[in-house]
Amino acid sequence: MPEAPLLHLTDVVKHFPLGGGVFTKPTAWVKAVCGVSFTVQRGESFGLVGESGCGKTTIGRMILRLIEPSGGRIEFDGQDMAALSRKDLGRLRRRMQTIFQDPYSSLDPRMPVEQIITEPLRTGPRPPRAERRETAKALLDKVGLREADLDKYPHEFSGGQRQRIGIARALCVRPELIVADEPVSALDVSIQAQIINLLADLREEFRLSYVFISHDLSVVEHICSRIAVMYLGSIVELAPTESFSRAPRHPYTSALLSAVPLPDPHRKTGRFAMEGDVPSPIDPPAGCAFHPRCRYAFGRCRVEKPVLAPATPAHSVACWLNDGRGQCETERNGHRAPAKAEAPD
Amino acid sequence: MKRFFRNKNFTCGFILSTLVVGVAAASLIWTPYDGNKMNARDRLQGPSWTHPLGTDQYGRDSLSRVMTGAMNSIIVGLVTVAIGLTIGVALGLASAYYGRFLDEAIMRFSDLLFGFPAVLTAILITSILGPSMVNAMLAIGIFYIPVFARLTRAVAGVVWEKEFIAAARVSGISEWSITWRHVVPNILSPLIIQGTIQFAVAILAEAGLSYLGLGTQPPHASWGRMLNEAQTFMSASPWLAIFPGLAIAWAVLGINLLGDGLRDTLDPRMVRIR
Repeated sequence: MPEAPLLHLTDVVKHFPLGGGVFTKPTAWVKAVCGVSFTVQRGESFGLVGESGCGKTTIGRMILRLIEPSGGRIEFDGQDMAALSRKDLGRLRRRMQTIFQDPYSSLDPRMPVEQIITEPLRTGPRPPRAERRETAKALLDKVGLREADLDKYPHEFSGGQRQRIGIARALCVRPELIVADEPVSALDVSIQAQIINLLADLREEFRLSYVFISHDLSVVEHICSRIAVMYLGSIVELAPTESFSRAPRHPYTSALLSAVPLPDPHRKTGRFAMEGDVPSPIDPPAGCAFHPRCRYAFGRCRVEKPVLAPATPAHSVACWLNDGRGQCETERNGHRAPAKAEAPD
Repeated sequence: MKRFFRNKNFTCGFILSTLVVGVAAASLIWTPYDGNKMNARDRLQGPSWTHPLGTDQYGRDSLSRVMTGAMNSIIVGLVTVAIGLTIGVALGLASAYYGRFLDEAIMRFSDLLFGFPAVLTAILITSILGPSMVNAMLAIGIFYIPVFARLTRAVAGVVWEKEFIAAARVSGISEWSITWRHVVPNILSPLIIQGTIQFAVAILAEAGLSYLGLGTQPPHASWGRMLNEAQTFMSASPWLAIFPGLAIAWAVLGINLLGDGLRDTLDPRMVRIR
């Protein structure tokens, strides 16, 4: 039997109720995630990119079982997480950990560092105190902090150092999967690079897999081997990193890529700025969710929602352009799309 | 322990409170006179060598009464805060955690209790249970439950949203130990402050109830009762009000300083800055 992938999501859906109290029904539903499927292999870094509110954090939280999915399946190492007993879920949880975005809110201000990073050890058979301290010491060393920091409290550290503490905590139980939810967005650019490099080194050393959530494509490109772009609760494009920046197929991805600042002011980019705002996930547009902002939108886009389908074996896209294969070379360079089924109205 | 006494507030508060407790404890063994014994010949005397704090309208020694009253007042303060704190915090935590129906039920119950004036609620409770000091404490304690429940719900609600709670959940820690290890320590500061305030309020509330004949029963002394009895003689014998009043101020100051010091020393952020 072939080894099951480490993480496998099938048609995962999450709707949040809006309003409504004890006696009243919710007035609306926020469709935060609508049918997302992807697979993360062992040792792989999988990037999840999109604007704020596109549902990427919600997916991360569902993987960690911090919130229950409204529908679909999440399998970890071949086991359906919804079907697990409390005890088994606890065991499974030790195999995945998380790194949070806000290094200020993610550490308990009333706990010394040693206790923070050895907290995951409190589940299951608890090692003796001296051993826990040894573990904490070794972990701090791995993330580049000193032994003297063990008895300090979080407020005594800078943002970058706090994020290192958060990483040490995540590593404590030797997890296989780490869900990193915007782990560097709250940090200065110079510190960002340090933390990203640290994460890359740790992946080698601990044979980790990452689900790396970020709104910053340049960060994700740096660390991930495959990237999924999300828009309004759905994945619109999923591809290996190389083919991604070179040949994006979804107009939304092109827009995101052209928004990445380049250090060369003379470089000409076929800049494709999006107009308008992200539509509300309470009442998403019919058809392709991106069509109101897409300059290539045509008739079919307004009626039928495109599904994520392979354009090449490794590269999937959810776009009706070119019969569901997304943009091709000529369009990507910023010219108008010549091949369209219908003319724009 | 040493780190507590490095805090000036804590040290001052500790000394003041210890003195009050000491006096209260001493009154069990020895008072200059029997505080409840009347002596018509010595009524309404000013402070003198024989009666350092003077005597009241029945000729009872004020110093002895302030000393025995200390015990009653401390017990009132401690017991009422203990009732309000334990039940209120438990309800508040449950409210913040479970939300929805339970939250709604607990909070509307709090509204109900708050809807009546405090004294009226206390009168209601004591008139049902009968007037005595124990019932007065019970009445005040019950009135404190929503005070602490609301405060706890508000601050615990904020803490539950923090990411370190999510981190603890991902670690597989049970909700129960998250509550104990993360939530309770993080809501301690406002609770300590509220507790010291309510302690002071309880001493005065007991005075009010005693005044209505629902609290400490005569001839026994409590500071609040002494204050109320002194009202009538305010202009002729002001010392009758001044000394129990000073005693209340002393105890309240002590407990407030103690609370402030405790809050600061328990907060790791304050300790190292100083």
